[in-house]
Amino acid sequence: MKQVLSGNEAIARGAWEAGVRFACAYPGTPSTEILENVAAHYAEDINAQWSPNEKTALEVGMGAAVAGARTLVCMKHVGVNVAADPLFTMAYTGVRGGLVLVCADDPNLHSSQNEQDNRNYAKFAKIPLIEPSDSQEAKDFLKDAFELSEKFDTPVLFRTTTRISHSKSVVELGERDELPAAGDLVRDPRKYTMLPAFARPKHPVMEQKLAELRALGVTSPLNRVEPGDPKIGIVSSGITYQYAKESLPEASFLKLGLTYPLATELVKEFARSVEQLIVVEELDPFLEEQIRLAGVAVNHGKDWFSICGELEPSRVAERLTGEALARTDPAGGLPVRPPVLCPGCSHRGVFHVLRKLKVFVAGDIGCYTLGALPPLESMHTCLCMGGSIPMAHGIAKVIGPTAERKNQVVAVIGDSTFFHSGVTGLIDMIWNNGNAVVVIQDNRTTAMTGGQENPGTGHMLSGLESPQIDMEKLVVALGVVPDNVRVVSAYNLEAVENALTEELAKPSPSVVITKDPCVLQYKISETPYGVDRETCTGCKQCIKVGCIALSMTEQDGETKAEIDPAFCTGCSVCAQVCKFDAIVR
Amino acid sequence: MKTINILLSGVGGQGVLLASRILSEAAMVQGLDIKQSEVHGMSQRGGSVVSHVRIGDAVHSPIVPDGQCDILVGFEPLEGLRHAHHVKAGGVLLHAVDPINPSTVSAGFATYPTDLDEQFARFACDTIAVPAGELAEQAGNRRSANVVMVGALSPLLEFGPTVWDHALEAAIPAKLLQLNREAFRLGRHLVCDKHGLAG
Repeated sequence: MKQVLSGNEAIARGAWEAGVRFACAYPGTPSTEILENVAAHYAEDINAQWSPNEKTALEVGMGAAVAGARTLVCMKHVGVNVAADPLFTMAYTGVRGGLVLVCADDPNLHSSQNEQDNRNYAKFAKIPLIEPSDSQEAKDFLKDAFELSEKFDTPVLFRTTTRISHSKSVVELGERDELPAAGDLVRDPRKYTMLPAFARPKHPVMEQKLAELRALGVTSPLNRVEPGDPKIGIVSSGITYQYAKESLPEASFLKLGLTYPLATELVKEFARSVEQLIVVEELDPFLEEQIRLAGVAVNHGKDWFSICGELEPSRVAERLTGEALARTDPAGGLPVRPPVLCPGCSHRGVFHVLRKLKVFVAGDIGCYTLGALPPLESMHTCLCMGGSIPMAHGIAKVIGPTAERKNQVVAVIGDSTFFHSGVTGLIDMIWNNGNAVVVIQDNRTTAMTGGQENPGTGHMLSGLESPQIDMEKLVVALGVVPDNVRVVSAYNLEAVENALTEELAKPSPSVVITKDPCVLQYKISETPYGVDRETCTGCKQCIKVGCIALSMTEQDGETKAEIDPAFCTGCSVCAQVCKFDAIVR
Repeated sequence: MKTINILLSGVGGQGVLLASRILSEAAMVQGLDIKQSEVHGMSQRGGSVVSHVRIGDAVHSPIVPDGQCDILVGFEPLEGLRHAHHVKAGGVLLHAVDPINPSTVSAGFATYPTDLDEQFARFACDTIAVPAGELAEQAGNRRSANVVMVGALSPLLEFGPTVWDHALEAAIPAKLLQLNREAFRLGRHLVCDKHGLAG
């Protein structure tokens, strides 16, 4: 049977076919849909869960693998930074049930804070790396990855990019491999307990495994030579193979699926069979460096294909064929359409107040990062998941107590990000007698990635109920003075402003929880507001809240605000901002 | 069969991805190879979105090469115009007529183009304006404007008579199917009538 599947859907299917029994992840674009699809289609056979962050996800996954289950763990590229600690030592311990870590890279930063090339992690952690180049391979190679994981007793890094994860193609489906149950726990401290004395002898074992994998790559079906015109030999993997294949279908190809360790003997043999060797890869010269290190001459690599951003198929074609494509100039002067907070978003009013207070805002990762853009422009840093609170603490430590608004600092973080890694930052601030105001924008979901459950929502990935972690009690238990913990409606601008003003004046850390659910995920829609054109003075204050339901329109020679009832959710933020009471229901 | 390159462009939230899904399903039912590419996440928050759909006997890259688009479907006029230069000479540009202001326009940083027709006319392709919102309302819900656009695109692809039915069934929940079938039909008829094609 055939289906059109995205790379992520195909990975979910591949996990099921491979007999996976446990899967976990923290949502992150472009990896999120893998676990969503596991939960939606294969919940009977695969026990799947969201974890609060990528490190715990990988550790939970390791527990499942040690207990003998084939285990899938998924995250986006930057998530592997969070999970790097367990990953590197898992390469020492090895696994029992196969463990595959799927990491989805995001060249061109479609929805990320950097575009790191996670292929480097395979080399760094000394584990095998597999890269599929379409959805069929995403499914099939995942099964191969589990076999390699068990055969070589190692976690396997399975790397996609946005164009693999979010591209769809036709997939021939297979059946599930029913594997025998894991049986009892195995006690083997020399394998799983990484004391120096037990870990030291593991290092040469890892090196030996890599040497064996390198040799295996010569004959593995994950790698293949596609003989063609011997004038040009192209080495490629992942999505860039497709770009190159389309550009020069007649050329000779070495198409790699197992890209670390590189099957150097295979590359040498291929290089001998062609006149020119060209390496086509996105981001870092990962293959090129390995090939050059093996003493093979590379005619073109990163001199032709940029190290920055995504490779564009058109540019790849122009380079490889030497022929320029006919291009037409785009229409000029068109207004850009950047992403924006949704109409009715519970973050909007909070950023309006922060802008008004003129404080320095240490931000975090989520939809609310859009608060940095015009017209709200009230977020001044955004580094990584959970970075807001410790950065605010560090800033406040250096600045010291001040009544000057411009040097006062507020951390802004969402609920899912707070549970991910904001909690430890708050512990740091409390422990070290720090002082900053932390705003937790609690919208009861993980909104940016499409609305996943988190530890505060009271539900798990399966949709079943679970204990709801109480944020207020948590921060009080950590040591925030109960009087400094404020819960206000995100839509009550006066209450948000009063709470912030009062807490900024206090000498110890405060937590202001702005609690209102995500309008998109919870489908919230109330009676829309409208503008009374008689009362409206055209002052544009409402426009500065940055809502696409609002615009200035000209009628009878007068420019006044107007609300599009198709977009307005009735959140009232603009009505509260209007000084003339011109926005009414 | 030569690969057909289709771009679908619009505003996050308009249902561009669902439209791509219907199109992909149809191509698969027709027995063709298909590659489709889209971007999720940040760009869905009311920003510009574009989806690439390529169908043919054997398709490698999921991305339409610059200037090689056979059919562009703009779910919003400005978003149609933004990608119009990708349509090759003699290609077709379908666009919905219902504008949605970008935040930059609402906020007064930019103005929405008032000379859309002249701008579309600059490009050497066949431009078809589709009153998608109006037809969707006629079908029963303005939100089905995306399916109207798929209907409008459908006569340009020579798929078998039941292919689109299967595709709609596969991509749309049962309770919304009737409404969307009607939206599809209205879009299809509009283009068939304009071009004297059989419905």
